[in-house]
This record gives sequence, structure tokens and C-alpha cells, in this order.
Amino acid sequence: MIKVVHYINQFYAGKGGEEMANIPPEKVKGFVGPGMAFNAAFQGEAEIVATVFCGDSYFNENKEAVDTVIALIKEENPDIVICGPAFNAGRYGVACGTVASEVKAQLGIPTLTGMYDENPGVDMFKSKTIIMKTKDSAAGMRKAVAAMAPVALRMAKGEELGSAAAEGYFPTGIRKGLFEEKRGSERAVDMLLKKLAGEEFETEYPMPQFDRVQPNPAVVDLAHAKVALVTSGGIVPKGNPDHIESSSASHYGKYDIDGVQVLTDKTYETAHGGYDPVYANADPNRVLPVDVMREFEKEGRIGELSHYYYATVGNGTAVASAKKFADTFSKELIADGVQAVILTST
Amino acid sequence: MVKEIERAGIPVVHMCTVVPISLTVGANRIVPTVAIPHPLGNPALSHEEEHDLRKKLVGRALKALETPVDGQTVFEE
Repeated sequence: MIKVVHYINQFYAGKGGEEMANIPPEKVKGFVGPGMAFNAAFQGEAEIVATVFCGDSYFNENKEAVDTVIALIKEENPDIVICGPAFNAGRYGVACGTVASEVKAQLGIPTLTGMYDENPGVDMFKSKTIIMKTKDSAAGMRKAVAAMAPVALRMAKGEELGSAAAEGYFPTGIRKGLFEEKRGSERAVDMLLKKLAGEEFETEYPMPQFDRVQPNPAVVDLAHAKVALVTSGGIVPKGNPDHIESSSASHYGKYDIDGVQVLTDKTYETAHGGYDPVYANADPNRVLPVDVMREFEKEGRIGELSHYYYATVGNGTAVASAKKFADTFSKELIADGVQAVILTST
Repeated sequence: MVKEIERAGIPVVHMCTVVPISLTVGANRIVPTVAIPHPLGNPALSHEEEHDLRKKLVGRALKALETPVDGQTVFEE
């Protein structure tokens, strides 16, 4: 019987939501949560012998968390380790990617995880572990398990996987030699003919898309500059007047803080559903530092704090949406004469 | 968002706790913060200590905005 260890977060372990995101790593015997579906999909060929779980915030904030997780996994001497899947959850994706990469590197055990295309964990770890492509939310769990379980079995048996496109994982960057029926020159001409005819063709070597923006020059005279605050941490006036969604935000808000010296629990709150809101609601300056920016303004460290701040919720929000938000409000920032931005994220 | 603000021509500093994500996203000026639910605070501290911590971190962000960089730069202590 193939021995599997499953890594999940506090939510899937049934411990709780964001209020429990700070729990340290723990291990339980057998399967928990989504492990049940994996176990069923193994059809008796493999079994989840233990499940290791950790709070997503704890994992991302404590460098030693990964060592504890690895030690807990090592005790089980598994044939394969499955992490997640994490779908589009950023911190969970980083945790799954870190555990999968480190287990593979340190213990030499094959590892497998699953994520949505836009999860930051994909770019961080796709060259270090196999990451199967999944939907963006847990609604895609059944499909993800159906895709991941057979791949996991084959990896545990030491079988070689097919190409990324055929198996459904993110390309790892490793190239393998193989024999094609047609030689390269013929394939290239075929491709060219299709291109000339305006037909669809598939490149054999997609160019990586690096969307990098060069840094702007430093601000020369901050003491006379207008500085604006922007946040993806969801700080909004109490009552969330624009109804910014707690996850997958479809819009942002623009809020006037002219004359506001400090954010209080009576006037502002967070709309973000992806972290424990207790601390931000008690003191919103912990996410949007209006109080100290006012002090820097009075001290002449900055020219002025812009009258408006912009806020959205960066929780499973599509990259395309975030791009559109910032593209729109950056034009307003420029029109307002803003010369520098501090953007805070949770 | 940080990249689009930069692309628009405004110098921007990203204050966040999970620095690897910020690096992956493509922020150029990065200041690491305290914790995910309270990046610019720490409820374990007294009100005054917490204020000083926040002022120090935001001060570092201002310093980052004044610092020329030619690539992704993390402004640690």
C-alpha cells in the first residue's frame, strides 16, 4: 500500500477560518477534510496515513513552520506528499508550494500540489514541484482530486510523467528529449503556412511572459511632495458604503480623508474576508497608517497626505481586475498631483 | 496594483508581510511588515510602542521612495 501524507490549512482541517489562521503545525492520523476524496480516488492503491495542517498566516509569518511540518512528515516515511490543492488562496498556495518543494528537496520524496493559474505560489514553485492546474475556488475540488489522485499514484510508483500539457500541470521548465514523427524543418514550415493562412497554430516553445515594470526614479523632494495611500487590505469607512466584496472584489473605493487625523474603530473597518479582521477593525491604522502619515505631514517630512485614499480587497481578486482598478485610479492620482504612493497589503 | 501605479509613472512602495509574493508580483520598492492581519501594528505591544513601530516602518517606506533603485529592492532594517 502506498503511504500518503496530506498537507492542508486550518480551514480544510476543520479548525476554523481566519480567526484560526495563526495555529502552529499539527498532525493527525489518517485523512481530514479533502483527504477523504483523495482516499476514495486512490481506490485502495494508496492511503493517507497522516494529515499535517497549519494556519496559513502562521506558516507565512514563521520561517521555522516549514521545518516543523517537514519533521512531522518525515516521521511517517511516506511514498508521496500531497499538498492542498490551494486553488486561488495566496497564503495557502505559498504554504503548499513551500512544503512540496522542501519535502522534495530535503527528503527526496515526490510531491504534488494543485493551484489556480493566478495563485502567486504557481510562479514561485512551479519549477520545484509538480503543481496541477485547478479552478480558482473549492468548487473545483472534485475535479482537482480526480486529476491529482492518479498522477500522485504514478509518481509514488516512480513512473515518469508525460508532458505538462498532457498531464495538466504547470510547466516545470525541464525540457525532455523525445522523437517527433516529422522533423523540425517540416514542423516549422507547417506552422508558418498555418500562420500565413491565418489559421490557429501551436508554438512548440512559448515565450515566457515577464511583465516587469522598471522602477521610477526616487522622489527628490519628499518634504514638498503629495503622497497618497492605497491598500489592498480592505480598509473602508464603517458600513462599507461601496459594498466592496470580502473576496473576489469587483471594484475599489475612493475615500476622502481630508481632515481625518486618525482612523478609529468607530469610523473605519476592514471589508477584507481573507484575514482575521479583529486587529484591523480595532485599529484600522494597523493597515492604513493615516495616523503616522499625518504626523509626517505636520513634521514636514512629506509635503502633504493626499485627500483621497484608494482601497480594495485583495482576496482571490483576479489579477485582471486589480490591474484595471489601478490603471484607472493611477490616472486620478496623477491628475491630483500625487508624486508618490504607499501601498499596504495584508 | 503596485505595478500599474509604477507603470503610470508614480514611484510606489509596497508594504507587505509576505515579501516573496510581492517579489513575484513585481513590486520594485518593498518594505517588509509585521504580520498579515496587522501589517503596520502589533496588538501585543502597548499603544505607544505600537505607534512607534508603525512610524518606524512607514518612515522606512518614505526612505525607500527617496532611494534610487535599479531593480527589485527589499528595504530591511
